[in-house]
Amino acid sequence: MVELEKIPHLDEISHHGVFQGVRPKNTATFRQRTVAHNKLMPSLEEAIRRTGLKDGMTISFHHHFRNGDHVLNMVVDTLARMGYKNLTLAASSLAAVHAPLIEHIKAGVITHIETSGLRGELAEQVSRGLMDCPVVFRSHGGRAAAISSGDLHIDVAFLGAPSCDPYGNANGYSRDDDDSIACGSLGYARTDAKYADNVIVITSNVVNYPNAPWAIPEDDVDYIVKVDDIGDPKGIMSGATRYTKNPKELLIAETAANVIEAAGYLYDGFSMQMGSGGASLAAARFLREKMLAQHIHCRFALGGITGQIAAMHEEGLIDRILDVQSFDVDAALSLKKNHFHHQISASYYASPLASAAVDQLDFVILSALEIDTDFNVNVLTGSDGVIRGAIGGHPDTAEGASLSVVVGPLTRGRIPTIIDHVNTVVTPGATVDVVVTDQGVAVNPNRPEVAQKLKKAGIRVYTIQQLKAKAEALVGKPDPIRYLDRIVGVVMYRDNTILDVIRQIDETEA
Amino acid sequence: MEKRYVKDRLRRSMMFVPGNNPGMISDARIYGADSIMLDLEDSVAFTEKDTARLLVHNALKTIDFGKKEVVVRINDLASGLGVEDLEAIIPAGVHVVRLPKTDSAQDVIDCEREIARIEQKNGIPVGSVGMMAAIESANGVLNAREIATASDRLIGVALGAEDYVTDLKTTRADGIELLFARCMILNAARAAGIAALDTVFSNVNDDEGFLAEATLIKKLGFDGKSVINPRQIAPLHKCLQPSQKDLDKAYAVMDAIAEAQARGSGVASLKGKMIDRPVVIRAQRLIALAEADDPVEEE
Amino acid sequence: MELRKTGVAGTMESGDIMVTIEPRDQGGIAIALSSSVLQQYGRQIKAVITETLEGLGVTDAAVTAVDKGALDCTVRARVSAAAYRAAESKDYSWR
Repeated sequence: MVELEKIPHLDEISHHGVFQGVRPKNTATFRQRTVAHNKLMPSLEEAIRRTGLKDGMTISFHHHFRNGDHVLNMVVDTLARMGYKNLTLAASSLAAVHAPLIEHIKAGVITHIETSGLRGELAEQVSRGLMDCPVVFRSHGGRAAAISSGDLHIDVAFLGAPSCDPYGNANGYSRDDDDSIACGSLGYARTDAKYADNVIVITSNVVNYPNAPWAIPEDDVDYIVKVDDIGDPKGIMSGATRYTKNPKELLIAETAANVIEAAGYLYDGFSMQMGSGGASLAAARFLREKMLAQHIHCRFALGGITGQIAAMHEEGLIDRILDVQSFDVDAALSLKKNHFHHQISASYYASPLASAAVDQLDFVILSALEIDTDFNVNVLTGSDGVIRGAIGGHPDTAEGASLSVVVGPLTRGRIPTIIDHVNTVVTPGATVDVVVTDQGVAVNPNRPEVAQKLKKAGIRVYTIQQLKAKAEALVGKPDPIRYLDRIVGVVMYRDNTILDVIRQIDETEA
Repeated sequence: MEKRYVKDRLRRSMMFVPGNNPGMISDARIYGADSIMLDLEDSVAFTEKDTARLLVHNALKTIDFGKKEVVVRINDLASGLGVEDLEAIIPAGVHVVRLPKTDSAQDVIDCEREIARIEQKNGIPVGSVGMMAAIESANGVLNAREIATASDRLIGVALGAEDYVTDLKTTRADGIELLFARCMILNAARAAGIAALDTVFSNVNDDEGFLAEATLIKKLGFDGKSVINPRQIAPLHKCLQPSQKDLDKAYAVMDAIAEAQARGSGVASLKGKMIDRPVVIRAQRLIALAEADDPVEEE
Repeated sequence: MELRKTGVAGTMESGDIMVTIEPRDQGGIAIALSSSVLQQYGRQIKAVITETLEGLGVTDAAVTAVDKGALDCTVRARVSAAAYRAAESKDYSWR
């Protein structure tokens, strides 16, 4: 018999009184328990009701299903039917498939959007003034930081998952059946799951507990809804990414690889990231040849991961892969089968508030729509001023990497890539070190030692103004794009400061 | 007189560019080919000869091809299209006219007469425009020597293998089918003191096959080769690049020559052996090759 | 140069421009231009079309042009080709 009063210093010991016996033992089989008590909801509506979602709150989504996503439209359709208004939609990115949002915006269901990118009809309409409140654009790292700091508070996260067990352990693929839908890494969703007040996992594939390994652990998940259809596998995963055969992109890629070598960032144990885009991805092919010839290997490859990176890992050229997003089916397969192909969250990847993986990068190779003579880069708005892209990890990796290499053709058709002022600053020029085009290389004047090394290696270095002049000689000087005063988009830098604004395009005849 | 062409220059790669494709024409200069050949012949459909001619005409007048040699392949005169091709390209500034299907010296002479007439008509000094002859038949191969010496304007002779193998009643294989033609054309070119250029390798996905062919023509002594895909240029130049060992020897030869000249001696020797004239010529050629590789144009 | 029928030249490939020229009795040169680069280069493309036609002695024509990012020299070539075709003329004035 425990006599509390006889325990010295009892007031300094944390306790809940004297033991009173245990709960009755549950003798049901583990299988029976998972059926009797779990987080599965009979319907999406019921799950939404339980979260306590109210008008004016913020809902979030991930974009790992890319243009094959059926979750976001289904959820917002349901919210509209349930009569919700005035919601903020905070997606890690939005694709052309999300055009049905236009009607929900017109109806007042969604009144504000935060995202990394916009494409397709929704992007066109936003550029033409669809929304009263400007769309807020953030990089992946900037979004993760805003979420973790509370700058972007998520009330309910709706996270599609290719597999989930009855308690919420969710993953981007399934180990229980090989023909289920797979998106590979669920990196961006992990940050939402961790910080959102309520998390609903939406899956077409409820598997037995425990769904290990998981991307999202059950303690981050409140409710689970099983639906028949989370997405179109063809839109979710492109087939194997092939290296480009475009000779101009190959020329740029080879030059970029030469630049990295000449600048001294290709050594045994280096780290790297390739952005999306033909030329930046193809650089891996030329780096691989150099690595084989010099018998060096890469300690880790970061970021959006393609099959080519996975293949170099399997070949023994890359020790570790840190995967925040799997770009193709081969990358997703590698994540599933290779122990050292590891999935990471958006925060781990690029948050400026964390000691993020981008800060350990030797180099990154990034694409660009426009680069200006101050080295500022635009990847968000097209040459006609219309939004048609995504910030992605561009400014995160450019700032984090010791050498950021931005690649692009000097001109695209008649459009010059290098101009006086980018239409939208997405990545500040101070973080961009080298620009590689098909017609020459320019080095940021704040990296004179890099310029010296390139020259020493026989790479001709132009000034950015010279490259701009070359482009102009070819295509002529463009008339400026005309905008109205109204602001339709706001671009945040990683630290949640306002870097630039996007205005409504002026389509009246000149 | 200011000629538009340089007879003796580096011609490792001549890149084929379809004459009716504006995107490819404006990009042609970025890939580092020594010569660019805008094509009005086989890559242009019969119904588009007029549009291609106008496009090449305007491109020659406006696009800056840097220091590259700009060649236009015309249709052969017998087709009835060749003269109009010449009318279009000569006033526009073409450097060298590539005459296809050259079977005899007379073909060269006929073409030269038209070129001279058009030069005169446009107030261009007669002799400004260069020529090269592509040999694409058994007859042409057997007449290679006469063809190569038929005009002072000729900068080189080239093999066009696709028509040639058809004429021979064979197909492209491992190269043995072209051995006689290559040797004939090469010897004709060397005897005439002009360039010898090999045919295209058309399977752009067969890197190994391309390299084997480039190695073969290097051994035979060709100056270079026509290419149909820009991806072939860098490997071709690399293949034709002299080895470091040969290059070191070449520099040693030239140093010895310079030293002998400084001494006022006409006889140079290296490691106790007198340096013959052919050795000097070979050394000069190797050094020129090695120092030529520069994918980006000087401004 | 007198236009007799509709003349078309060019393709829809990137870097090209497809030009259709129809005869008109009067009213000068009317241009309907669609282009992916209309804002930045529409003015210049129209100027090159007009200048090229005037150079060929065409004063009245209805021009429809679908531009895929063509350079000026390509615009000039395609407009000339369409005009020669519309005039059924092979009397090129090369210079």
